Amino acid sequence: IQSSSYFLKAELNNEKKEKKKEAVKKVIAAMTVGKDVSSLFPDVVNCMQTDNLELKKLVYLYLMNYAKSQPDMAIMAVNSFVKDCEDPNPLIRALAVRTMGCIRVDKITEYLCEPLRKCLKDEDPYVRKTAAVCVAKLHDINAQMVEDQGFLDSLRDLIADSNPMNINKLLTALNECTEWGQIFILDCLSNYNPKDEREAQSICERVTPRLSHANSAVVLSAVKVLMKFLELLPKDSDYYNTLLKKLSPPLVTLLSGEPEVQYVALRNINLIVQKRPEILKQEIKVFFVKYNDPIYVKLEKLDIMIRLASHANIAQVLAELKEYATEVDVDFVRKAVRAIGRCAIKVEQSAERCVSTLLDLIQTKVNYVVQEAIVVIRDIFRKYPNKYESIIATLCENLDSLDEPDARAAMIWIVGEYAERIDNADELLESFLEGFHDESTQVQLTLLTAIVKLFLKKPSETQELVQQVLSLATQDSDNPDLRDRGYIYWRLLSTDPVTAKEVVLSEKPLISEETDLIEPTLLDELICHIGSLASVYHKPPSAFVEGSHGIHRKHLPIQHGSIDTGESPVSAGPAASIDQPQVIPSQGDLLGDLLNLDLGPPVNVPQGSSMQIGAVDLLGGGLDSLVRQSVKQRWYSGDLFLWFVKVWLPAVKAKGLEISGTFSRRQGHMYMDMTFTNKALQHMTDFAIQFNKNSFGVIPTTPLPVHTPLMPSQSIDISLPLNTIGPVMKMDPLNNLQVAVKNNIDVFYFSTLIPLNVFFVEDGKMERQVFLATWKDIPNENELQYQIKECHLNAVSGKLQNNNIYTIAKRNVEGQDMLYQSLKLTNGIWILAELRIQPGNPNYTLSLKCRAPEVSQYVYQMYDAILKS
Amino acid sequence: MINDYIFILKAVCHTLTQTSSHQVLICRNYKGDVDMSEIDHFFTLLMQQEEEGLLCPVMSHGNVHFLWIKHSNLYLVATTNKNSNASLVYSFLYKLVEVFTEYFKELEEESIQDNFVVVYELLDELMDFGFPQTTDSKILQEYITQQGNKLEVAKTKVPTTVTNAVSWRSEGIRYKKNEVFIDVIESINVLVNANGSVMSSDIVGSIKLKTMLSGMPELRLGLNDRMLFALTGDKGKTTVTMEDVKFHQCVRLSRFESDRTISFIPPDGESELMSYRINTHVKPLIWIESVIEKFSHSRVEIMVKAKGQFKKQSVANNVEIRVPVPSDADSPKFKTSTGHAKYVPEKNLVVWSIKSFPGGKELLMRAHFCLPSVENHETEGRPPITVKFEIPYFTVSGIQVRYMKIIEKSGYQALPWVRYITQSGDYQLRTNT
Repeated sequence: IQSSSYFLKAELNNEKKEKKKEAVKKVIAAMTVGKDVSSLFPDVVNCMQTDNLELKKLVYLYLMNYAKSQPDMAIMAVNSFVKDCEDPNPLIRALAVRTMGCIRVDKITEYLCEPLRKCLKDEDPYVRKTAAVCVAKLHDINAQMVEDQGFLDSLRDLIADSNPMNINKLLTALNECTEWGQIFILDCLSNYNPKDEREAQSICERVTPRLSHANSAVVLSAVKVLMKFLELLPKDSDYYNTLLKKLSPPLVTLLSGEPEVQYVALRNINLIVQKRPEILKQEIKVFFVKYNDPIYVKLEKLDIMIRLASHANIAQVLAELKEYATEVDVDFVRKAVRAIGRCAIKVEQSAERCVSTLLDLIQTKVNYVVQEAIVVIRDIFRKYPNKYESIIATLCENLDSLDEPDARAAMIWIVGEYAERIDNADELLESFLEGFHDESTQVQLTLLTAIVKLFLKKPSETQELVQQVLSLATQDSDNPDLRDRGYIYWRLLSTDPVTAKEVVLSEKPLISEETDLIEPTLLDELICHIGSLASVYHKPPSAFVEGSHGIHRKHLPIQHGSIDTGESPVSAGPAASIDQPQVIPSQGDLLGDLLNLDLGPPVNVPQGSSMQIGAVDLLGGGLDSLVRQSVKQRWYSGDLFLWFVKVWLPAVKAKGLEISGTFSRRQGHMYMDMTFTNKALQHMTDFAIQFNKNSFGVIPTTPLPVHTPLMPSQSIDISLPLNTIGPVMKMDPLNNLQVAVKNNIDVFYFSTLIPLNVFFVEDGKMERQVFLATWKDIPNENELQYQIKECHLNAVSGKLQNNNIYTIAKRNVEGQDMLYQSLKLTNGIWILAELRIQPGNPNYTLSLKCRAPEVSQYVYQMYDAILKS
Repeated sequence: MINDYIFILKAVCHTLTQTSSHQVLICRNYKGDVDMSEIDHFFTLLMQQEEEGLLCPVMSHGNVHFLWIKHSNLYLVATTNKNSNASLVYSFLYKLVEVFTEYFKELEEESIQDNFVVVYELLDELMDFGFPQTTDSKILQEYITQQGNKLEVAKTKVPTTVTNAVSWRSEGIRYKKNEVFIDVIESINVLVNANGSVMSSDIVGSIKLKTMLSGMPELRLGLNDRMLFALTGDKGKTTVTMEDVKFHQCVRLSRFESDRTISFIPPDGESELMSYRINTHVKPLIWIESVIEKFSHSRVEIMVKAKGQFKKQSVANNVEIRVPVPSDADSPKFKTSTGHAKYVPEKNLVVWSIKSFPGGKELLMRAHFCLPSVENHETEGRPPITVKFEIPYFTVSGIQVRYMKIIEKSGYQALPWVRYITQSGDYQLRTNT
């Protein structure tokens, strides 16, 4: 390499243009294959002064690659750049300004401003276009400089409009720009929040034609805008329904694109089908799998097929799934078998047909098909107890071929659950005991429970077996879960066999239809990201993009004006509420509101967390109070400050129903964690909950997840997810929440105070500059001062940050620590704080500034509570 | 919405060691957010996924995401560490393939290496700072040419087209004879189950133009009234409704939305003006009945009956019926009533070709294969029978071009020529064995 670079050096300095060019070409060729040719930097830069466009391009290319590693030498090129920006040839002017923007070296950037300013006003539109993109590059390197130099205004001049947020302008531009430009405009539009439904509709009307664009990315971005704005349209309007109909054909057409385009489309359709199943419910056939589809397309199609399966199309779907289950691709076949089980659980009328299909598949004796089938049959048993047990004999025949933990555990569960109907259940279970310690934990736990069940059903013959498994689990195992469960059973069996029977053999709650739905708030967020990577991963951007945690999370717009007249709309964006904290209406007629609560039965929303079901199942039922204990520990541990559990509704006031609870915020979501205890003598059913209008618009996200009757002296823990999109009414005190709970006996009312920290959102960290400006901007009369007494703490910031109070700056003024902090409430109100800590003095001084000073005292209470917890 | 790197890579197969590795042929960095060496992780991931048989067009390592497509033995990879617009990235990558193919005829390793200077220039021009720019290869060819030496006389003009609202057609095009050729091509997609029921069928139509017109002509395309667009919402029985229509970017979409007029300034030369999808239940034009009997350890007997289910006057040309056979079959014997059958062992297929297949006719093919006495243990998939054909002068949907109005300010007369053809698309019939 040394010698060749020596020759190159000589050629680069050759007088002849042709030779020079050939030499630079060689340098670039070497660069392309990954050789380090940075040592030739000065010689290459020397070639920059040329009127040969091709040579110039090559030198520029070289500069872009090596300028960063040779910043001092890169400065040599500045003069040529500046000169080229004034070249009579527009191609060269554009090239120069484009390349300069790509060189991320401070010294070059400094010199970029002047030429850039000229190019923004260039007579040639191509140069202006290139310069505009260069402003974006500069903004990425140094945002401050772009603002200081007034480049934003220059850009505004370019679009000949002083108001950059003019939606009409954007919509008109849709008809006038390239397909790529259209995509960016549509993506921009999707971030806009229309004033009212009329504006939303008129934007939709102008975006809809884009669904006919040949570029699939244009189509998908248009779908995103429409899916978002649909939220704002009244559901009963003709336009709403027409729009829904228009969305389906373009989505289907995306499936005739290239496989990668199909994949992105399918991942997005998966979201759309969950959000608005009506759009594609007629189109199940297009998701039928073709033999030559790539595997990633096949798997996605299968997923959507199950989501669209219904009574109307189940026969066709099943025929297809059976076809797939006999293919060769193992992953696909497994998923197809699983899909048959999911159909059985989803469409009750088809369950029988599904079961017989699964039996047919088991007869094929293909190992992985059999195992997968047994796993789903267990779920079918859970969903339809006492219906299909006749097939157990067939299942038992395949016991020996099961080698995967999932399948073994499923089979053991089935044997234990139906032990009384299987003559040789003891033999079957005993066969698993031999290699007990080689089994996975899942199999061990299930086996333990199954044998205990067997013992309770046939005590006379199986005493030895149960002894054996209990001793294996408790004495020979070093797995704490297994040991604990073993001991519990042991004690239960030895102290009170009757209770043991009640506990272990109790009826299990039904499993829900759809287990893999995306959580609704995440789904809404993902709908806002249609077409992007987030929609492909089904993860929020914050989960995979570094440094995006502080970025505002997108959410669907909220329909205005649908609430009673006279109420102000719930603000969707933060800006609105900062300026108008007075939107919270005054307290209305409380009694009237509560009496009018509509406490109908909960709507049929998929419910029940799989965690809960899994846990109950593992313990064989009945032991859920134990499970709950562990769940509780998980909820209440960590650094998060949590309000103490209080009794909200004493049993004497509610005909035997006692409700105690607390509020918490976990992973960005609010929850109301409650324990319902039945202290009456009769069982309780049909629970429902409703909140009165309140200051923060808190409403439950789901109905009460109570599915089984609450037996006398039983209690159940409920974690009710909350959101803040409900109607708003100012309460006194501000954090007061009035709740109505219904059961089969009566309706009960109680009120409680929500600790304000559950409203502290994760993106409450203000930029330093913004903080300073805002602090100055808020009038002094809004500043309130409080004392936090007797506080002895070291890690103040950390503790507060865990509760979404963020320290922006820390200063030491005359021996006192000053902490500047910010937090934001769910309704967008910012609170700025200054916390003064004097060394040795346990009393802190807290100054709070907020545009809505009425919240300050509640914030103070939270500071006090968090710091002293 | 923004990607950072575009890489073009090739797979290198070491035939001796049976392992494969990859090599970067050329790459271009647009933003500097991602380190170039990250591409090594792409290789590793790709090989890993290939081994597991679970390829996915999006892969990630740490916070770098790779979106890739494969073109012959080249991989085109875009990297990003943002929440980019994935569908834009794929559209762009395919556009890249299109532009390179138009520049170099074939996009392959040699064409990249031989033209690396132009490839760099194109990558520079097609995308800036992660934003796709002009991607129309006809326009690009006006200022980025392959013959480097031509640029000695430096061009002083960028085609205004690049920044015009009409970004797909340059001004000043001249033809002695002004003509437009219109091809209406309908592809039939059919999926038939083993028991003979049609699982799904649709028509994907395409109207292609070859425009040889001077100046900036205004065109208006009129289709027969039978072709109602579903969007009008009126679904009669006698009409064929288009489920979905897609237009080239030259068509004024808002105009179409308001009064159903297809008006446009066409790109010069060949282009696809529009495509449409019709969801009606189409009778499979060539119906196949097959009996494939497999006698383990001895033989496979195949009988295929093909029936032309279209008008007697029409003829299907270049018909190919591809019937799968087990991979260990040998000693083929064929008997056909028309056409000839051929065994393609590398694809495990019997291909029965029929030059011309008149409507209403029924044709027969029998094949006989021997199977080895030692059975193949690998389970094989059950690939479907596929059919290829073309039927000229005929469209299934009945679509017709009524008129093509051509108005140019110089007032020349121009003639439109129309051709119709129906062909097989994804035409699959599942088999029992």
